[in-house]
Amino acid sequence: MHGRPRKAPKPEDEAASSAKAQKLRALQTQFFSFHHNKIYTKEAVELSAKLLEINPESYTAWNYRKLAVEHYLNLPDCNPDSIKSVLDDELRVVENALRQNFKSYGAWHHRKWVLSKGHSLIDNELRLLDKFQKADSRNFHAWNYRRFVAESMKRSEQDELKYTEDMIYANFSNYSAWHNRSVLLSALFDKKAEGFLLKEKVLPEEYEFIHQAIFTDPDDQSGWFYHLWLLDQTVTTDSPLLASSWPGHGSDVLLVGDRCYNGSAFSPFSALHSDSGSFPIVLYFNQPVRGVNSSTVTVECGFNKNEDLLWKPLSASNSQTARVWVAHLKVSSSDLHSTVEVSVGHTKGIISTRGFEYSHPSMLSFKVHVQPMERDSSQVSVAESISLREENFKVYGKQSEESIIDSFDQLIIKNGHETTASNWRFEALAKEIECFRELLSLVDCKIGKLTLARLLKAYDAMSYPFANKLVHSEEVLELYSDLMKLDRTHYQFYKDERSIVLLQKVTSSKGSLLQHCFQYKDSVSSAICGPICLRLNNLSLSRMGAFEKLLWVQMLDLSHNELQSIEGLEAMQLLSCLSLRNNKLRSLTALEPLRKLKLLRILDISYNQIGDHSIDTTRYVCSSPLSHSVGSELNRDETVTSDVALINNWEAFYIFKDFNLNQLDIVGNTIADEKFKSVLVKIMPKLKQLDGKLLD
Amino acid sequence: MDDIPPYPPIDPTTFDLIVIGTGLPESIIAAASSTASKSVLHLDPNPFYGSHFSSLPLADLPSFLSSHSTSPSPPRSPSSDDPNEFSLLEFATRPLYSSIDISTFSPNLLDQHSRKFNLDVAGPRVFFCADKSIELLLRTGTNQYMEFKSVDATFVGDNKGNLWSVPDSRAAIFKDKSLGLVEKNKLMRFFKLVQGHLAGEQDIKISEEDLQSPFVDFLNKMGLPPKIKSFILYAIAMADYDQEDTGVCRDLLKTKDGIDQLALYNASIGRFQNASGAFLYPIYGQGELSQAFCRRAAVKGCLYVLRMLVTALLVDKDTGCYKGVRLASGQDIFSQKLILDPTFKVTLPSGSSPPLPLKEKLPFFSLKDDKGKIARGICITKTSLKPDISNFLVVYPPRSLFPEQVTSIRLLQIASNLAVCLPGMFVLYISALCNDDDQGKKLIHAVMNTLLTVPLDSESNAAVQSETAENGSAVQDETSESSSGGPSDSGEEKPTLLWSALYSQELTLGQVDFICSTPMPDGKLNYNDLIDTTFKIFQEIYPGEEFFPETSLENPEGDGDASPET
Repeated sequence: MHGRPRKAPKPEDEAASSAKAQKLRALQTQFFSFHHNKIYTKEAVELSAKLLEINPESYTAWNYRKLAVEHYLNLPDCNPDSIKSVLDDELRVVENALRQNFKSYGAWHHRKWVLSKGHSLIDNELRLLDKFQKADSRNFHAWNYRRFVAESMKRSEQDELKYTEDMIYANFSNYSAWHNRSVLLSALFDKKAEGFLLKEKVLPEEYEFIHQAIFTDPDDQSGWFYHLWLLDQTVTTDSPLLASSWPGHGSDVLLVGDRCYNGSAFSPFSALHSDSGSFPIVLYFNQPVRGVNSSTVTVECGFNKNEDLLWKPLSASNSQTARVWVAHLKVSSSDLHSTVEVSVGHTKGIISTRGFEYSHPSMLSFKVHVQPMERDSSQVSVAESISLREENFKVYGKQSEESIIDSFDQLIIKNGHETTASNWRFEALAKEIECFRELLSLVDCKIGKLTLARLLKAYDAMSYPFANKLVHSEEVLELYSDLMKLDRTHYQFYKDERSIVLLQKVTSSKGSLLQHCFQYKDSVSSAICGPICLRLNNLSLSRMGAFEKLLWVQMLDLSHNELQSIEGLEAMQLLSCLSLRNNKLRSLTALEPLRKLKLLRILDISYNQIGDHSIDTTRYVCSSPLSHSVGSELNRDETVTSDVALINNWEAFYIFKDFNLNQLDIVGNTIADEKFKSVLVKIMPKLKQLDGKLLD
Repeated sequence: MDDIPPYPPIDPTTFDLIVIGTGLPESIIAAASSTASKSVLHLDPNPFYGSHFSSLPLADLPSFLSSHSTSPSPPRSPSSDDPNEFSLLEFATRPLYSSIDISTFSPNLLDQHSRKFNLDVAGPRVFFCADKSIELLLRTGTNQYMEFKSVDATFVGDNKGNLWSVPDSRAAIFKDKSLGLVEKNKLMRFFKLVQGHLAGEQDIKISEEDLQSPFVDFLNKMGLPPKIKSFILYAIAMADYDQEDTGVCRDLLKTKDGIDQLALYNASIGRFQNASGAFLYPIYGQGELSQAFCRRAAVKGCLYVLRMLVTALLVDKDTGCYKGVRLASGQDIFSQKLILDPTFKVTLPSGSSPPLPLKEKLPFFSLKDDKGKIARGICITKTSLKPDISNFLVVYPPRSLFPEQVTSIRLLQIASNLAVCLPGMFVLYISALCNDDDQGKKLIHAVMNTLLTVPLDSESNAAVQSETAENGSAVQDETSESSSGGPSDSGEEKPTLLWSALYSQELTLGQVDFICSTPMPDGKLNYNDLIDTTFKIFQEIYPGEEFFPETSLENPEGDGDASPET
């Protein structure tokens, strides 16, 4: 029950409770002896009922009763009448147990089990539920069970929807009722039931409904949750879409060997150094999908149909579902110029987490130019120190602007087919925005501000590719700044959100992006990186985002921010040089996304907080290696099992062993003592430079 | 009353207190005094309990009203055998009702079943679930003599016949279809402010300055739109007079009083599990309340004699002090104290001047009627004013029916499930404060014309029709486009009037002095003010006694279930 204060037990209550415990103990001993000896006599079963009536949490007793029921049902003289009476007994015991404890998982589960036997009248269940749900309208056990009953008796979703409405009218502070409403509506949408065929017809009414709750009592959170669900229904298109790719459609890719980039007419967005003659193709979807493989995505290079191309999901967890997928295409060195065509989704099989098929087949085509390696120079290639310091950058020259502008548009895929179908989404969002502006003019409420920020962000995101501008980004940033001041408890959350909006703003237009593009020293001297360094330093970012627009970046400066996590960075497959200097990374595991960046050569994680805290409290933002394959990897690796120092630094081993780093800066972290550095050198034999010192 | 059977003489002949009249204040005093171990004789000239607070059969109501509308000269009591030590001051009845207008449109139906009706003389009236009368009932165990049902809703009416539900709770605000989102927000925030203030939360205290200012100013300050202001002032705080016109407003509500009213309303909602709204109504009518207290008094030893007329007051010749009363039977009964129902007034013996000490007291004998009047109407219909709901309250705030309307008009519809009328019928009680009978009639007619169809075939119908003409045709035109659930938009016929009784009632205050006189039913919706006055009268006659001390509760069933039956 909700909203009832607890009372301190009185002395007589305590006496009663100890008497009860004594009685319970005696019952339990006897019960266990029956259970162990598989005695299912009437008396024994009766005893378990008594036990459950006092303590419905005794799961063993429920299981015993299940065994007893099975025992009776398997008796030779069993007939429909006796089955019914056995099962009715069970229902009665459950009901009594529920009276004792309405929230007993075991009791509810037992009831489901009994009903699944199919001999009991399901109609009675609804009556029982009505009674229970009147007593405690928010109890989620009852609501759960209600869904089970409604399904079993084939009660229509429309009827159940009406029921949630009645419950909400009685008291709208009812998370369970709102939640059930969202479940029912989803089912009706999926079924394309009559009257629920078009979301644009149903959702406005639901918005209208929830407004009543939000305006009546903005402090009540149950309504906001439902509103968030509605917002998601409005914003998310059913079928997944391709948001961006690298290389972009119509672009020219220049593959160069060592120090061969010569500033020719090729766009710096698509020139890439490659030792192996292969380069990554990155597909970035607007929502996580599965089923990206060589049959759903075909890649033709010249006349080669790369049927064995391996597509890998890039996600923090090791699931086979991801927004970003990568494959490495090897271009034969004999073809200096070739055209690559990537067709996405011409064969069915790419499916979103919500089960919708990718239904807008698209085609990317780009040209690849190979500049053969100059053997000589690669021989003399000494490790060259790259230092992302202010003095090493100059503003990206005007002379190159033209080529950037041309390339910029190629990065983003415009899904024209969605525009007309989405008009109602725009209208719904616009209406909501107006509505919440009004609410905020009445009351200063945090969740109202947060919702407005979300709405504006969604509106901008929806109109972005066509408007080429995030109209509301300043307002959204201000809202989050406001919230950071108003609600210190959730400061970090707002800051993360704000960081992402800021990044979206920076990457939204050529002009704003150019302000962050710098040329590293003399581009000719750079042997490793492309010529442009994207500098997102000093922006007090706590989170990275806008990856779909940053797939081309090879050199990234994120120094002097407040990053605690770099989740999502794995999408930036072209990264070869990354500075995370002066951030707030607190553990090595926070670096996990970097493991998937195969081209990364230079990494600066100096002056972070790695090792400050013995307990890694940021692990919630990055997936824990313990839950994945790290254990088995460790065991298989003999160098580890034989080396105590490595075992003690298993996290370092796990993170760094796959790196192909030339240069690493780790100074200024608690963890980075001489001993640790020696471990690092052992893990990464190819490392040439550590904290500015050349290694032998 | 000619066929009163001769009573045996009352014995004993001396009491601590004689109470005449069994209206609510008299009955409570009788019960309280008996509880305080006083010997009490409770008399009533009527053959029923309740006097001006009673519920009467249909046929008896007109005669009761008219018997109190003129001032018949009291029967002369024989003065020859007066004991020498007393002066006799004869009682006269005061005219309390006027402009009585009874219309019957369905004579056969109603006459046959007159006894099936229990019509409240002092309607409309309800109990707030948390008000003083309910507390008193529970505290004294008197609730065991009564049963209640919930009044399901409150509406605010307009001149188009629409009935707008009053958003009086969080759930009601959420559900309300007529309020805009902004209005919902403002109203709920106001409720929260009041609740916070009442709960003593530090940061949402309403300032003392605001508490002393007019409630309407405070509502304006809170930025509440006119519609919501009207809901709060007239349908929740139950203000009687136009609060926005200080020229006509006789009881300008202070914020403090307004908040207290809201607190009462709020505490009333949900107090009893099976009462959905804020109000209760007793089964068999409001007359049950007086009777219940009489029963309570009788249990404590109070002696009851009904159908007993009292003719004169006995005062000491020398001191002018009250000594006793002379009954119609001729018997003289003596007591320390006397409580009189407002029907009676004392006239001076003609031609003789009263003894000197008495003269000084005289100014107090005549009660002043300076509180104005209240117009009441009782209507019987065969259909509910609102489909699907039978017991509810409707408030017409000032100016809602016509511009000159300066007082709230309240209407209470009670259905046959409360045993006040024939099954399938509905009784409507209407009341409004007024300055004179004409003004009162106009107010009651305005409501009737808005909500009811008045048949043309009755002798007294002309009066109703002429009122309609006065009020303008807007009232008759039912072409409202409004989206409320009012009767007009549902395309249904307005309920047809079967019977009606309209009358004006004097508003007399209770008088506390040499002789205590109780007040007439006031213009309020509940009994709070009457109970306060009654308490004061009791304190005056028995300053040292406690008004129903807690320890008097010896009845085990009396400990507190006033909840209405389901």
